[in-house]
Amino acid sequence: MAAPRLELVYDWEKLRSLIGEHLEKARQTLPPRIYEELESKLRSTAERHGLSPDEARRIIDYVLQEYEFSMIEPGEPVGTVAAQSIGEPGTQMTLRTFHYAGIREFNVTLGLPRFIEIVDARKEPSTPVMYIYLDEEHRYDEAKAKEVARRIEFTRVVNVAAEIDLDLINTRFVLRLDPLMLEDKGVTVEQVKKVVERLKIGKVEVDPENPLVIYIYLKPEDMTSIIDLQKKRERILNAKIKGIRKIRRVVVQAETREDGTTEYILVTEGSNLKEVLEVPGVDPRRVYTNNIHEIEEVLGIEAARLALIREMKDVLDEQGLDVDIRHIMLVADVMTQTGRVRQIGRHGASGEKPSPLARAAFEMTTQMLFDAAARGEVDRLLGVTESVIVGGIIRMGTGMVEVSMNPAALVKAARAAGGSEQGGSE
Amino acid sequence: MVVEEKIIKAIKFGVLSPDEIRKMSVTAIVTSELYDEDGRPIQGGLMDPRLGAIAPGQICPTCGNDAKGCPGHFGHIDLARPVIHVGFAKHIYDALRATCRKCGRLLLPDVEVKRYLTLLERLEERWPLLAKMLVTVVKKRASKVMECPHCGEKQFKIVFEKPYTYYEERPEGRIQLNPMEVRSRLERIPDWDVRLLGLDPMEARPEWMVLTVLPVPPIQVRPSIVLESGIRAEDDLTHKLADIVRTNERLRSLLDSGAPQRLIDEHWLLLQYHVATYIDNELPRIPVARHRGGRPLKGLAQRLKGKEGRFRGNLSGKRVDYSARTVISPDPNISVNEVGVPYEIAKTLTVRVTVTPWNIEEMRRYVLNGPDRWPGANYVIRPDGRKIDLRYADRKRIAEMLAPGWAVERHLKDGDIVLFNRQPSLHRMSIMAHIVKVLPGRTFRLNLLVCPPYNADFDGDEMNLHVPRTEEAQAEARELMLVQYHILSPRYGGPIIGGVQDYVSGAYLLTSKANLLSLEDVVDLLSAAGYRGEIPEPAVLSPKRRWTGKQLISLFLPKEFNFRGKARVSSGIFACEDEWCWNDSFITIKKGELLTGVLDKKAVGAEQPENMMHWLIKEYGSDYARYVYDHMFKMFIRFIEKRGFTMTVDDVALPPEAKEKIREILREAEKKVYEVIELYRQGKLEPVPGRTLEETLELRILDILSQARKQVEDIVVNYLDPFNNVFIMARTGARGNELNITQMAALLGQQSVRGERIHRGYRGRFLPHFKPGDLGPAARGFIYGNFYDGLSPLEVFFHAAGGREGLVDTAVRTSQSGYMQRRLVNALQDLRVEYDGTVRTPYGELVQFVYGEDGVDPMKSAHGKAVNIDREIERVIGWRV
Repeated sequence: MAAPRLELVYDWEKLRSLIGEHLEKARQTLPPRIYEELESKLRSTAERHGLSPDEARRIIDYVLQEYEFSMIEPGEPVGTVAAQSIGEPGTQMTLRTFHYAGIREFNVTLGLPRFIEIVDARKEPSTPVMYIYLDEEHRYDEAKAKEVARRIEFTRVVNVAAEIDLDLINTRFVLRLDPLMLEDKGVTVEQVKKVVERLKIGKVEVDPENPLVIYIYLKPEDMTSIIDLQKKRERILNAKIKGIRKIRRVVVQAETREDGTTEYILVTEGSNLKEVLEVPGVDPRRVYTNNIHEIEEVLGIEAARLALIREMKDVLDEQGLDVDIRHIMLVADVMTQTGRVRQIGRHGASGEKPSPLARAAFEMTTQMLFDAAARGEVDRLLGVTESVIVGGIIRMGTGMVEVSMNPAALVKAARAAGGSEQGGSE
Repeated sequence: MVVEEKIIKAIKFGVLSPDEIRKMSVTAIVTSELYDEDGRPIQGGLMDPRLGAIAPGQICPTCGNDAKGCPGHFGHIDLARPVIHVGFAKHIYDALRATCRKCGRLLLPDVEVKRYLTLLERLEERWPLLAKMLVTVVKKRASKVMECPHCGEKQFKIVFEKPYTYYEERPEGRIQLNPMEVRSRLERIPDWDVRLLGLDPMEARPEWMVLTVLPVPPIQVRPSIVLESGIRAEDDLTHKLADIVRTNERLRSLLDSGAPQRLIDEHWLLLQYHVATYIDNELPRIPVARHRGGRPLKGLAQRLKGKEGRFRGNLSGKRVDYSARTVISPDPNISVNEVGVPYEIAKTLTVRVTVTPWNIEEMRRYVLNGPDRWPGANYVIRPDGRKIDLRYADRKRIAEMLAPGWAVERHLKDGDIVLFNRQPSLHRMSIMAHIVKVLPGRTFRLNLLVCPPYNADFDGDEMNLHVPRTEEAQAEARELMLVQYHILSPRYGGPIIGGVQDYVSGAYLLTSKANLLSLEDVVDLLSAAGYRGEIPEPAVLSPKRRWTGKQLISLFLPKEFNFRGKARVSSGIFACEDEWCWNDSFITIKKGELLTGVLDKKAVGAEQPENMMHWLIKEYGSDYARYVYDHMFKMFIRFIEKRGFTMTVDDVALPPEAKEKIREILREAEKKVYEVIELYRQGKLEPVPGRTLEETLELRILDILSQARKQVEDIVVNYLDPFNNVFIMARTGARGNELNITQMAALLGQQSVRGERIHRGYRGRFLPHFKPGDLGPAARGFIYGNFYDGLSPLEVFFHAAGGREGLVDTAVRTSQSGYMQRRLVNALQDLRVEYDGTVRTPYGELVQFVYGEDGVDPMKSAHGKAVNIDREIERVIGWRV
């Protein structure tokens, strides 16, 4: 413990000038983000506890050493490691489909089924959900948020109807509306009337005594076919009043931000990114959907990659599974490598491998072999499966090295050099 | 000695042309008879000896080799009429549709053909996937043209009926195209048009997909089995080929004798059927060809397909020699990187060692000991490659003859390197290299600390062991696969090896403030840990000399190690924010001295990143880590052994006062539940938006009950002695949690199936013991009982229902996640980091410019970060802050 007394420096500027050389070396080696973190942490440590120049230099040396140590080595089979790192905790994931992610209004698929859905690159998730953030004007006021919600929620006549009857005597449909639902969805009787009129089934009239009842008069020739009437009834009920297709339900949610202010966001069941982006009141920069194909279509492949990473990470985090983000990124990169989102499996990444043997060893063995034969394909035996099949060396890790030693030539060279006391064994 | 090594560079796929089939054939097969009356194979039959020597001692009349050296030779069958090759039926269909029925040209104008051809050529080189897509586009476009742009012939729609029938829809009606016609159409397609159809005209002319000659595989491919009764049983393929030959000969004679067309067609179709099922016996819409006993015959496709097929069963995964499997059992006294191997196995598994002047004496000893005495040897290999079995040889003589250049297959002995594996091999830590320690007994022994990476326990688990054969493999195993190189998991960048169960309890009890050790204790513990060195000054000098557990831990820590962090027990009333804290749940290590804090799961447990062990491993290397695991950890076990550790029923016994409180809480909750139910009955319940009334009710009830359970848990935690053994296990993370204790002591709580209260069974009720429509807690699986007092029969039944779901869940999940992992591995396995830091496929396609965007190896990272700067600062100045 009898260390020489430390000359602690509490002034950052002074310390900095004393260890400038080390800092400069760190700046050149480290990525900017880590360097900045190092600098600011050195500063706060110095100000709080004091740092001797020697200590500061040792810290910098350790950081540099650890950084260089942490770099990946050539030949590392990162694909297999990523697949295992994601697959292994898969056994610990729940099978439970339901579970509400923040909102109790509706279920969101989570756990293993959701993860499989993502790597399958399904066209539509089993529970599509959107998180819609609103613009400056609407985001702080629940009423205004509700207003946007009403614009978005897909509302059909059936959503506000209490019942619909066929009045045979007067040859008309009697559509009775539900006042509660009208209010909830923000729809007026007038709106419904207009929508039904647009169907051009017949004259539409609101009951003069009861404003919640709408009559739709039928032409006499309509009354001949029962099936026809059924169809007309369906058409009336399914007529769109307003909203965006596929958005089945919208819920307004309060979200407390870090600075303590509350912001209202919309959470929807069903997803339609393209059209929601155009709705006035929506902040298009912050709209999110869990439908990756929509993101790909509207925002492009890089956005889809980020969405894949986020979705996969969210599932794992929710399950409390610790998986390094780099593994997930690699999976997302493989899925988006070709410029479109493709599946991990026979219709995607595995099925598009150039090696027929690798494809045959995975799934649909015979079909792959017949196709390869017809196309006259050549397998260059570079991949892992192919190498295993022919009993070759796998070109990863130590198998990556392509330079080899010729001992005979070495012996020869040694002899030629004259120093041949111990020739190699023959 | 130079061994000539042949390496397969590439494999080209193609379709055999009739010429090639005839050229490689040694004989035509003309009779379906296999053997004559004497039981000798018939010339020109399917077992013709010219097809290959198979019996030992038999010399092959074709190549002159014996059974071992003869590779087998193909024969052929000349088909009287061509038949469709079912595997290519789809390709044939595509070709027929896209080409002219008269002139055979692709149904696109010359200009386009030329344009597409140049495009295809360019794409094939660089973008094979796009080339494939181009071909589909060309085929699609050509198939739509109804008049040939070359000869003007009108085209008809072609209909394909699975598996091998084609029709043409002519104005006069649907006409079947027989294979002969199909073949002649395909013959007319010029080579350049064939290329645009996605086929390679050099390797696979489309007409070759209609078979006129059928290759007959060598006997080696379809060996017959001689049963004990002396009856020969032929292989399925031989049976099928016999069917083909029989039908073929019959058809030929019908053709020669000018039989009626109807009869000929019938036999032609039969021939087609036999050839098709020979290739694939699981075709849609046609009956499966069966054995006499009714068992479906295995076609060629069935041999290749599926998990047990040639590809997945024999090529991607091979069976190996030099391996062993047996039950595992624990042994805390061997090193983490050792494995205990029973003598019996050590005497069976061998390592081949070349004799040199330096080891000749040792080898002689092994030879003299022979196969039955360990350490001995089973075989000796002479320089000419001859193997001598020591079981039957004069070992003394051979030991004398032994000279450099010979090799000895000696028994496995201590210090050898072996691979150890437990299935399912879900990650790379499922196969690690261990160092052999030959022990008595019949089980493999392993250190308890390696249980987490293997996910092993000792309830009957078995594990596999493999001996690497070459020096190269042994060196790689030793340098890369040893246990200590896999302490850090690449999954999250933290240690995956660590203490479980008693290690954790032991560490806690040893380092606890309440624990003072006498000199005898200290000596005992340190000798168990294998410590060699001075015993430190006792922490307490008077009235008696006493040491603390923390002092002993410090003996194993590096002298300049600094660390500060919360222990796992730091929660609730035992929480500590810094070292100035009574509860002793904040770990402070300064200059290698454990000053405050207890060690528990957070410090010594498995799968705990950014803890004490993690930094020790990262900063002092894997060999030091092994030292800690082998020595310091042994102290934990020794201590818990000395102290004794158990669990009694009293550990979960609550005082009457607590029980009364719990009853009160439950009464309260029950009352609330019935209030909500009453509200629901009256229709006054306010539904949650987007939910039905019933769902809302269920949500509310579950809510009330789970809140009640939480309150009960608080009471249990308050009333039980936090230092009783059960509680120690839960708090340190050794085993169990507070919920488990609550379930034992107070209340089992809500049982659920599919996340809902249990309700299915009888109409309106789960069991007939309840009134129909009873929505109360007890009727729907809320268990008021606990394991201490016991459950009522009804409660047991509810519990069983909930428990069963858990079992089903696990069973379903393993298969699902297994398949997902197989797909992930298959899709990603070819990626590697190149010397330039990029991630690429073996074909050079870029996947990432820099691995993980920062080039950091997750395994070598600090829990995902390249550097944990806070830690580096702590490392340097931690001793003084």
